[in-house]
Amino acid sequence: MKSDDPNIQWVKEPQLGLTGRLYLTPVIDGLTTTLKHLFKTASGDGFTRQFPEERPEFGNPLIYRGVHRLNKDQQGRVKCVACFMCATACPAHCIDIIGAESPWEDREKYPQSFVIDELRCIFCGMCEEACPVDAIELTSLFDLTGASREEMIFDKEKLLSVFDATVEQEPMRTAGRKPLTQADASPH
Amino acid sequence: MQDWLEPLIKIAIVIGALQGAVSYLILIERKVAAYIQDRLGPNRVGPYGLLQPIADGLKFVLKEEVIPAGVDRAVFLIAPVSILATATVAFATVPFGYFVPWPGAKPIALTVAPNMDIGLLFVFAVGSLGVYGVVLGGWSSNNKYSMLGGLRSSAQLVSYEIPLGLSVIGVLLLSGSLRMETIIEQQARTGWWWIALQPLGFMVFLVSAFAESARLPFDLPECEQELIGGYHTEYTAMKFGMFALSEYQHMILAAFLAVILYFGGWHFWGLAPWTEGSEVGLIGALVRIAVLSLKVLAMIFFFMWTRWSWPRFRYDQLMDLAWKAMIPLGLINLVVSGICEEFLPKDDYATRCILSWLTVAGCVVFAAMSVTSKPVTRAIAKS
Repeated sequence: MKSDDPNIQWVKEPQLGLTGRLYLTPVIDGLTTTLKHLFKTASGDGFTRQFPEERPEFGNPLIYRGVHRLNKDQQGRVKCVACFMCATACPAHCIDIIGAESPWEDREKYPQSFVIDELRCIFCGMCEEACPVDAIELTSLFDLTGASREEMIFDKEKLLSVFDATVEQEPMRTAGRKPLTQADASPH
Repeated sequence: MQDWLEPLIKIAIVIGALQGAVSYLILIERKVAAYIQDRLGPNRVGPYGLLQPIADGLKFVLKEEVIPAGVDRAVFLIAPVSILATATVAFATVPFGYFVPWPGAKPIALTVAPNMDIGLLFVFAVGSLGVYGVVLGGWSSNNKYSMLGGLRSSAQLVSYEIPLGLSVIGVLLLSGSLRMETIIEQQARTGWWWIALQPLGFMVFLVSAFAESARLPFDLPECEQELIGGYHTEYTAMKFGMFALSEYQHMILAAFLAVILYFGGWHFWGLAPWTEGSEVGLIGALVRIAVLSLKVLAMIFFFMWTRWSWPRFRYDQLMDLAWKAMIPLGLINLVVSGICEEFLPKDDYATRCILSWLTVAGCVVFAAMSVTSKPVTRAIAKS
């Protein structure tokens, strides 16, 4: 940058006053600033939250995108109809479904296996959007940890257990709605 | 009791207390630092993080000792030992007063080396030896950054020895002795703390003590941005721990000296008064130890507090401050104290007090007239 660059202007810094030149006010300013912070934090008025003991607050846990769960219907069966919509929508290709013929009357297919690789997932919520039967939902569990990669690959049982663990705090978003199953869509 | 047993017990107490104090001071420093920076600091190991020093100590002991290839092995190993040893030895003369276990008994001096007539001189002599550890550590590491850190540090420590020595001469003139016990007794007997009579000397002493113990804003020897770790870059595990320990011991020593020389040592009006020959019973001795320790703790808190309040000096500013400000101020203080001792009656402390504060005012006026700041022009983006 040249000194005659049209984009810059030259300014004179304000001169130090007498006390400033003697370091007096800067020294006292520095000490009071730090002391204020010291007392503020030491008296328990700090910003830090003690995370594992103290949980953070959510705006609305119902729209938070955390760990997935597989919803169950009234009879405790998995709601999923193995339509592969979520797996198709998933931009991270983290959902792996093996469909099989349903043992139940009201639908043709059900997931024999439903596996989500939580490490590949980017928690975008596309699966939730895509699901025609509201079987897959994202919970507000955000502190997902594991000791190995294998541990972070959630199978159907694990995903259903997430539903059991969270359904009390976060009811199914379609709880009031009439369940939309294949049976509803095309009655026999 | 055998003659050699008493000092041995005292040495054990002093070293034990010192190491314990240092480890907990590190915790306090981390806490103070955290609070000042709006953090909470260590609070996971034990209640309120009180076991953190033990964890830190264990970490130092259990870590792998790395001796890099190409270091001067003997010197590399001697450096941390020498710096820690000299920092510890200086505590031999720190006096806590005398203690008479029962009436008529022989008084026990609460000092490792009591009645050392050159006490203060000894402390300064041994304290300056700490430079060797820094220089040797920096030189033997076979690392240019360490070398630079060591060189800087030695230049800084040597420069600030001069104002440090100059500043305490005023106290020596007032007390008439180098013996630390006498210096405290003089302040306790008269009820005047020398801070009231030596404000200029105290200021010079304080700034020099900060520089000598390499604390911020004078921690040039180890400024991370420029020198990585300074002279102890190549040190690991307990050898690094020894450098850290000695650094803290230097700070404690500086706090002790400030309190003994300028804040009346164990004396406090009414609470820990002067007694004939400074001899007290058990209660009195405990009160004195408590008073001295509290004063030292307050001083150390000041050290920690300033650490986060001001930015570090640039190297030339550091040297300017020593040679162009602190040494002249020390000399002025020395001249004024000398004149007072020559022409004022021995116990006329009020006049001395007024004169010394007038000197401070004179220095401020002189500095105000002579110190100018150059106008600075700088470029900013056009808005």
